[in-house]
Amino acid sequence: MSVKHSLLAVLADGERYGYQLRAEFEERTGATWPLNIGQVYTTLNRLERDGLVEPAGQDAANHVFYRITDAGRDELFSWFARPVTRAERPRDELAVKLALAVTVGGVDVAAIVHAQRKHALAALQDYTRVKARLDPAELAASLVLESMIFQSEAEIRWLDHVEARVLRHARESQTTRVERPADPGSAKGGRGAAPTDGDTDTATRTPRTTATARKGKTI
Amino acid sequence: MSGKTILELRGVTRTHGKGAAEVHALRGVDLVVRAGELVAVMGPSGSGKSTLLSLAGGLDSPSGGEVVIEGTTLASQSKAQLAAIRRRSVGYVFQDYNLIPALTAAENVSLPQELDGLSARKARVAALAALAEVGLRAEADRFPDEMSGGQQQRVAIARALIGERRLILTDEPTGALDTETGEAVLRLLRRRCDEGAAGVLVTHESRHAAWADRIVFIRDGLVLDESAPLQHAEDLLVGDEAQP
Repeated sequence: MSVKHSLLAVLADGERYGYQLRAEFEERTGATWPLNIGQVYTTLNRLERDGLVEPAGQDAANHVFYRITDAGRDELFSWFARPVTRAERPRDELAVKLALAVTVGGVDVAAIVHAQRKHALAALQDYTRVKARLDPAELAASLVLESMIFQSEAEIRWLDHVEARVLRHARESQTTRVERPADPGSAKGGRGAAPTDGDTDTATRTPRTTATARKGKTI
Repeated sequence: MSGKTILELRGVTRTHGKGAAEVHALRGVDLVVRAGELVAVMGPSGSGKSTLLSLAGGLDSPSGGEVVIEGTTLASQSKAQLAAIRRRSVGYVFQDYNLIPALTAAENVSLPQELDGLSARKARVAALAALAEVGLRAEADRFPDEMSGGQQQRVAIARALIGERRLILTDEPTGALDTETGEAVLRLLRRRCDEGAAGVLVTHESRHAAWADRIVFIRDGLVLDESAPLQHAEDLLVGDEAQP
């Protein structure tokens, strides 16, 4: 997130001092990315150094006001016009974690996927609860919140995909082992070991022993 | 959640077929849904989600275990008693809308109440109010084939929400709807639960499941796990209140 451009965006409406800038930024974005006041002042100093804002006097309480310059306005609108490059996507760590998990023996990848999905769903429930309470007229805040909702949803869809890939891979590996008689231990846990196995696709048939089969819980 | 228990599944199993063709759709599910609570059920295709919903609404009978609605065990009921429970206590919204083609939107919505003895006039007034709630007041006298898929789905929702139904069962209720209309439907369902109904929402869409208080994950006919909010919602709303 660009603090610099966020402050310029708020200043485009008129002069503000530091705390006002922070409060307005949070109000406009649904308080989803809280700003540190120190960050606000450091950024204002840099913006002033670069000629993008300038001081606009003080009030009786000694609040220092800033106003946007023409150069600042140009910088702001060129920022709006530039597509955002997602260089640091928050789920990269997750992708790397899962990539490593499938290469390390003895790791229950499906369990990792499920735990992550559960966490993402819980966050999604949180965002949805906030959204349900937002006045639909609060467009700016709604848009930020919906962005988080769609990102969580995308992560969950991707996790569903990972789980399906991992399960299919596990089944195919087991099939290969069962079909190779020389492979030691191939009969255990393979498709051929399931007593009523006659169907390769229906998940609801008498369950087979797989690495991901877990016990049901009472709720 | 401290509301009264509206729906309870106790060790419910459902098996189709016999011998080698035997399919275990549900393999021992326990589930409690209380008044004021919306529970989402998620799982891959064939995991048993829709079977669970049919059993919960008395549309199908379990092979083992018990389904209890508002203290009444469904297995102990006669066919007529079961039909009355389904009509009075349970509202259903399914993927295929199950509207009667020869009846208008208002007639489809008012039919269950008329069957319960409400006068045609009173039932129509209630139906028009329910249709207004889903934004279809102007379409009340249209037949299903004169409406879009989304409109038909909203009629089905109005029919499910009408009257004093304490249990609302929905299977992908927003399937044919665009994002905004779908969300309006979920808001309606959420509001009905906040007002005291118990809801079960079967869906594969996480964005829809997120409207629920609890999300139950089902795999291979078993409940695997469940999820609840992180309770960070307040932080998101409040932010940092420090002032100079």
